[in-house]
Amino acid sequence: MDYCPHTPDDIKQMQASIGVANLDELFADIPEKFRLKQLPDIPAALSELETMSVMSELAGRNKLPQLTLTGAGAYHHYIPAIVGHIVGRSEFYTAYTPYQAEISQGILQAIYEYQTMIAHLTGTEIANASMYDGASAMAEAAVLCSKMSNRTKIIVARSVHPEYRQVLRTYSWTNGYTVIELPYEVSGQIDLNALQNQLDDQVAAVLIQSPNFFGVIEDVALVVDAAHKKGSLLVAGFTDGTSLGILQPAGTAGADFVVGEGQSFGNPLNYGGPYLGIFAAKEKFMRRIPGRLVGATVDKNGQRGFVLTLQTREQHIRREKATSNICSNEALCALAAGVYLAALGKNLKRLAELNIYKAQYLKNNLLELTGWKEVFSAPVYNEFVLSCPDSKKVNKKLKKQEIIGGYELHKDYPELKNALLFCATEMVSKEDIDKVVDIIR
Amino acid sequence: MSKQNPKDRLYSRDHEWIKDDDKGTVIIGITDYAQEMLTDIVFVDLPEIGKKVVAHATVAVVESVKSVSDIYAPVSGEVIDVNTRLEETPELINQDAFGEGWIVKMRLDDAGERKMLLSADDYDEILKEEKS
Amino acid sequence: MDLIFEISKPGRSAANIPASDVPAIDIENTIGNKYLRNELDLPEVAEIDLVRHYTNLSRRNFGVDLGFYPLGSCTMKYNPKVNENVALLSGFTGLHPYAGTEFAQGNLQLIYEMQKYLCGIFGMAEFTLQPAAGAHGELTGVMMIKKYFEKKGRKRRIILIPDAAHGTNPASSALCGFETVELRSNSEGGVDIEHLETLMTENVAALMLTNPNTLGLFERNIERVAAIVHEKGGLLYGDGANANAFLGKTRPGDLGFDVIQLNLHKTFSTPHGGGGPGSGPAGVSKALVDFLPVPRIIKKDSTYSWSSDFPDSIGRVRSFYGNFNVIVKAYTYIRSLGAEGLKRATEMAVLNANYIKEKLKPYFDLPYDRVCMHECVFSGNRQVAESGVHTTDIAKKLIDYGYHPPTIYFPLIVPEAIMIEPTETESKETLDTFCEAMIAIAKETKENPDGVKNAPVTTPVSRLDEVLAARKPDVCWKKI
Repeated sequence: MDYCPHTPDDIKQMQASIGVANLDELFADIPEKFRLKQLPDIPAALSELETMSVMSELAGRNKLPQLTLTGAGAYHHYIPAIVGHIVGRSEFYTAYTPYQAEISQGILQAIYEYQTMIAHLTGTEIANASMYDGASAMAEAAVLCSKMSNRTKIIVARSVHPEYRQVLRTYSWTNGYTVIELPYEVSGQIDLNALQNQLDDQVAAVLIQSPNFFGVIEDVALVVDAAHKKGSLLVAGFTDGTSLGILQPAGTAGADFVVGEGQSFGNPLNYGGPYLGIFAAKEKFMRRIPGRLVGATVDKNGQRGFVLTLQTREQHIRREKATSNICSNEALCALAAGVYLAALGKNLKRLAELNIYKAQYLKNNLLELTGWKEVFSAPVYNEFVLSCPDSKKVNKKLKKQEIIGGYELHKDYPELKNALLFCATEMVSKEDIDKVVDIIR
Repeated sequence: MSKQNPKDRLYSRDHEWIKDDDKGTVIIGITDYAQEMLTDIVFVDLPEIGKKVVAHATVAVVESVKSVSDIYAPVSGEVIDVNTRLEETPELINQDAFGEGWIVKMRLDDAGERKMLLSADDYDEILKEEKS
Repeated sequence: MDLIFEISKPGRSAANIPASDVPAIDIENTIGNKYLRNELDLPEVAEIDLVRHYTNLSRRNFGVDLGFYPLGSCTMKYNPKVNENVALLSGFTGLHPYAGTEFAQGNLQLIYEMQKYLCGIFGMAEFTLQPAAGAHGELTGVMMIKKYFEKKGRKRRIILIPDAAHGTNPASSALCGFETVELRSNSEGGVDIEHLETLMTENVAALMLTNPNTLGLFERNIERVAAIVHEKGGLLYGDGANANAFLGKTRPGDLGFDVIQLNLHKTFSTPHGGGGPGSGPAGVSKALVDFLPVPRIIKKDSTYSWSSDFPDSIGRVRSFYGNFNVIVKAYTYIRSLGAEGLKRATEMAVLNANYIKEKLKPYFDLPYDRVCMHECVFSGNRQVAESGVHTTDIAKKLIDYGYHPPTIYFPLIVPEAIMIEPTETESKETLDTFCEAMIAIAKETKENPDGVKNAPVTTPVSRLDEVLAARKPDVCWKKI
């Protein structure tokens, strides 16, 4: 299967036009000793029919579960039919970055609308056109805080997603920062006393997540207060964006940066990617934040239009002085998110309520099983942690029925033995939950 | 066509001008040639009053749509005033680089450092070389 | 066109939420009022209005499926539809990243094989598919270089970067704490060997090279360049953005590159998506394998699994495993084309670029008149001198002819640069008509410069005020 339209005749004519006798002459600059004598060892080419067959077979080697009860950073939500149809329009997906604004008003306006919705949802004033994922968005926020303040300590709550903290460590090591992890209380919320003790005039940023990795909702305003008193900035993350349909956003509570994972907004699970890094902030940081920004303006005839703006923040202009090197982002995923949010509109609140009901029902029913206990006392959204007699056994039983159970916490939190992090979204039915409880019993 | 480089002040190779204000204080801006090169200025990142800078360190940043330029302190000293009008109207630098578009005022550490700066004639020479 | 907020009307909605089949709970009391938001101000539109809004937006967007898109350095080749269909298979889209490896053997096999294919195509020892984009892959690569020297107990502070390099190169280096020093190009557009010899010391960690470079020219002295760098114990980093120029012809690993990054959304046909998502695999030579990000795939007998048991790894650069669905498309492309197909893609890409170069060179300044690779770079200087028409005007006029303009004003070392990368999926007819348009514009520049300066006139908006957008940024719509 080849997508080159060239006929042998075309090639002959073109070679003549260029003045070469054969194609090899065009590669004469490659030193002889480095020219491949043998082609790379890849399976032989396939026709389209064969391609489809081979790939279907490969996809078929996966097993789709009957039910997924794990969230932990990626969520199984319903994607309205319209989303796929819009992002499947080739005018959108076969386009590149909208540097030529006149012929990119479509994606530019769509992203401007997305930026607006995200800023509102997160309770902030500005949002960029996307980062790679929630983890790198959080790490980049920490880097920015440090570069702005020239402070090199980053405080992060242990209740922030383990992988987000790993990415933070990598980015911190690269920049020579010190990362301090803070414990959580019995409630599941961040230990404020520990925070107070660690805050000093060398801390650039405090990083929390709400709802946190345990599903627990943090009192963001209290943490903001503590951080700001010591001149540190507050970065608040989230992993399930639908929580913003009902919970007070961190921006409203005073967070300087709100970052997170937008996969819940209209993007499939896709085995981990592509996802959508959300990056929002107070307006005063507008000229420093990483990532592309779409701005409204007028054209020479006074018509409203949209352009990429404040590009001087970005790598292609600032080069070694840029605070980020991000170039390509997750534009199509942001488009999907925008369509999703516009489709749901105020119903996002109803969706969030439904998630809460499902999670409560699952939790209450599991708690009726012998030896199952609630681990944290603070309120949750659609995820929660329960401890049980034997978490491995529980997940094994569920797996036999092709159900993905809870996320085992002890790998990342050795002190939480036999603890499982469960998630129930609108995709989990009452029957599903009743069945799960029966299987475990 | 750049405006004439006024003779009442000194210049640096980075296309900045530095003019005496009162005893020991100077006003700093960029030359008309510099603003032409930058084209429409969209934002000026001004330093905090009281900031101490050494010669050749960045004291301000000027942004146009397609580029960013560091403004270097031609001499060491302390920032005593900034042109806050540039916050709302950065284009003042384009319109009147030698006058209303001034950027910062500094108190100098060492008057002797000025010897490193150029006269208007010397700066004219440099521009002639650059343009050729 | 109205914004979605401007067509919103209270009470309308597109998506409906099912009634709850489980008991409702008193959220205000269970969670507490202080944790609940006060207002939710999202658009309220009926589905038909939503569809029309986005469909009309799409009609204001130009993609490869619409017309020729010769954006230099971006490799806007045709995005095969079979790849799109494969990527939609539920086996690929439906799995949670934390589904146990027993559920995900198909995915794991795909990732494993993709890594192997890339190793074979590029001559590297191992790849990571974790980075989400080219710049991310670059950052990963520079991080591995940093770790390499840390492991050796040596602190090398400098990375050399050619003056023609893409902005991500110095940005990535600076973000890893390196100082960047600019390396001059010679009159032929290649590395200035003498300058490299002066700059290359034992304080230099690496030279970041794009080969072919951003002028579309293959580095003829690559062997000498690699030797100079390696002699002093440095590493050679390859920015693989231009890989479309050499598939099946040569391999960066053979040329002496120690670390490279690729752009699947360029070379391997995955769609650009209006700016993303992409995927930026990073490949390394044996010396750097230990530093690759975790987790990494291991194969035991015929079972695949993830392992993080690599103590010298730089750690993670993002959550989960990479832009998996993008990788699926690239994998499908490689399986479709096979090695012969990849080689032919490169040959036709280079043929197309040289064809355009020869056709246009009588009309536009060609700073480097030699065989180019997959892209050619012209300068609009002649037009500026003749009639004050700039490269940006030429680009805007091309829009009226129905084309997406080439890349302009990059690389920085060519004034008024016009970088044309046709890619291999364009026919001779398309190239001919494009050249005719360029030649007509060159003519119009002389005879009627204003006609060019006023372009575009066929688009919904024309010559947007970027100065205003930067002076008074409006990045978030506000209800008046």
